[in-house]
Amino acid sequence: MSSDYDYSDDEDAFYDDDEDMISTGSAPSDDDMDMEFADDFKVPQHSPRKAYEIEHESLSQQAVEKLSAADVDHISSIFGVDDSTASLLLRHMNWNKERLIEKYMDNASSVSVAAGVSTPSRASPSVTGPAPIRSSGSRRRTTRQTPVPKAEPWVCPICFDDSQTSFLSLSCDHSFCAGCWTAYITSKIREEGEHAIRCMAEGCALVASDSFIVSTLAKYGEDGDGRTQERFQELLVRHFVGANPHLKYCPYPSCTYTVSCPSASSRSSLTTMVPTVSCGANHKFCFGCSVDSDHRPVICSVAKMWLKKCRDDSETANWIKSNTKECSKCQSTIEKNGGCNHMTCKKCKYEFCWVCMGPWSEHGTAWYSCNRYDEKAGVDARDAQSRSRASLERYLHYYNRWANHEQSAKLSVEMYNKTEKKMEEMQITSSLTWIEVQFMKRAVEEAERCRATLKWTYAMAFYLDKGNEKELFEDNQR
Amino acid sequence: MTSISSRRLRKELSEIQTEGCPTGITLLNADNFETWYFSIEILGESLYQGEVFKLMFRFDSSYPISAPAVQFVVNQESTAPVHPHVYSNGHICASILGTEWSPVLSVSAVCVTLQSMLASCKSKERPVDNDRYVRYAPDNPKKTRFHYDDDTV
Ligand SMILES: [Zn+2]
Ligand SMILES: [Zn+2]
Ligand SMILES: [Zn+2]
Ligand SMILES: [Zn+2]
Ligand SMILES: [Zn+2]
Ligand SMILES: [Zn+2]
Repeated sequence: MSSDYDYSDDEDAFYDDDEDMISTGSAPSDDDMDMEFADDFKVPQHSPRKAYEIEHESLSQQAVEKLSAADVDHISSIFGVDDSTASLLLRHMNWNKERLIEKYMDNASSVSVAAGVSTPSRASPSVTGPAPIRSSGSRRRTTRQTPVPKAEPWVCPICFDDSQTSFLSLSCDHSFCAGCWTAYITSKIREEGEHAIRCMAEGCALVASDSFIVSTLAKYGEDGDGRTQERFQELLVRHFVGANPHLKYCPYPSCTYTVSCPSASSRSSLTTMVPTVSCGANHKFCFGCSVDSDHRPVICSVAKMWLKKCRDDSETANWIKSNTKECSKCQSTIEKNGGCNHMTCKKCKYEFCWVCMGPWSEHGTAWYSCNRYDEKAGVDARDAQSRSRASLERYLHYYNRWANHEQSAKLSVEMYNKTEKKMEEMQITSSLTWIEVQFMKRAVEEAERCRATLKWTYAMAFYLDKGNEKELFEDNQR
Repeated sequence: MTSISSRRLRKELSEIQTEGCPTGITLLNADNFETWYFSIEILGESLYQGEVFKLMFRFDSSYPISAPAVQFVVNQESTAPVHPHVYSNGHICASILGTEWSPVLSVSAVCVTLQSMLASCKSKERPVDNDRYVRYAPDNPKKTRFHYDDDTV
């Protein structure tokens, strides 16, 4: 397969017809297959696009690293600083090269201090501008961080381990033992996902350079597998991708591909299209909102709204609120099935009023109505309750259908795997070639795509206004 | 528990026992290296005159590389101070316990910071999102990613 981050115009090479494909000779890949039967099937890349498909490109992590390295090189050559410094400056300015250059030309030292590259005292004094050290409440006690002459026996002020012999510091000279530095860097990267790692001294705003991090981990890091360093590189790539509206990181867990899709990079473009893209590992997701599926026919904002609604337990909570109450004596849940307000808890026999939850004995002779709530407040409360019930039932109608499809989509991942097995079997037991048995796979894929679309039509219906159009829409859905 | 955290806590404890706590702070209980309790009051003029609160520190093996979990104790005997950065369940929104934590800070440094946070309070109010936060809050405040809007209040 062609490399995914190859920018060359190899598209032309794949535009030709079937004959070409077969003559490639190598084992057929997915791309080739899709190409050959392009008629009705959506093809990930390198193929003539359908009107509803959007041009995009998948980049591997190394490819993105190359892109960011180009920016770093550019800045380091203009400013005459090393790569680590250029990287910190760029990250501080969220990879906005133009703004960085402008600001740096204006006042190099204040940008350097703000980016944590140099300390205020070391940088040529910039009188204007606020102090870069972020204050976090007034602290009366300043910590012991006076640099100690290196000759004297020196105990790390973090671990107080007097057996430590190697000490490290950034250019601020705040010295700590190598063990503490390593534990700190590892925890920042692994636990907090932080790539801008500040000096451990209280209030020191200096940020550790990439080279400091990499060399410390390499020399003292406990994990031989280099996973912390790997994670650090990934965090840098993610930061670069996050700062660039043309790029999106694949939302699938542990996938490291990035997709570039310039035509969907503006917010306004998302009101008229759904930029469904797929990464180099064939993960399909929406470039606009990072939903990990194809949410057509609804646009991003609607998909987002719907998913938020589903996530928020508020609807379920509403249901529980409007249908059940808790016995105020024994806390068991009681469902009311209509009618009279005089409730008796089945469990503890406590008698109470459904409306005000007060003990029934206080209601005297007002048998089946609660006289405390016959006032306006009571009427309003009941109105609100029935309104919320109606909206809830409407939501559940659509949600159940949506969720059904969501559930079966999960099951069909299994089905997909089974199909692949079946295909292998068929190839052996029948005279069909590998290419010929591909129809099974595509049939499953196509069914999946239809299901995904049908699923999202329920979300769409939920938000459509009641009216003719909607009835028409629901007729189509059946 | 690994050596760094227990060595550090042993050192801090012996310092507290020989030099004592900062004024207004009293060690109530430090029987192990997992949970410590302090009482805290604001001396001098403040909105919390005459009030005594109870602080709970929870440590795990990542201390002091990462911050301890610190909160006010809320039970029958004690409540959380009414303060714009203190939730009614005792959780505290202070950057020093999150992003601004530095491994050189100590338990008494945290106590002193919280003391001055209360001392400088100008109006006794709960955080605006108190009810929502408390309803969904995790048991351990370290699991919350607070948004530190204004630490100077
Ligand atoms: Zn140390
Ligand atoms: Zn420093
Ligand atoms: Zn992916
Ligand atoms: Zn979307
Ligand atoms: Zn009961
Ligand atoms: Zn009643």
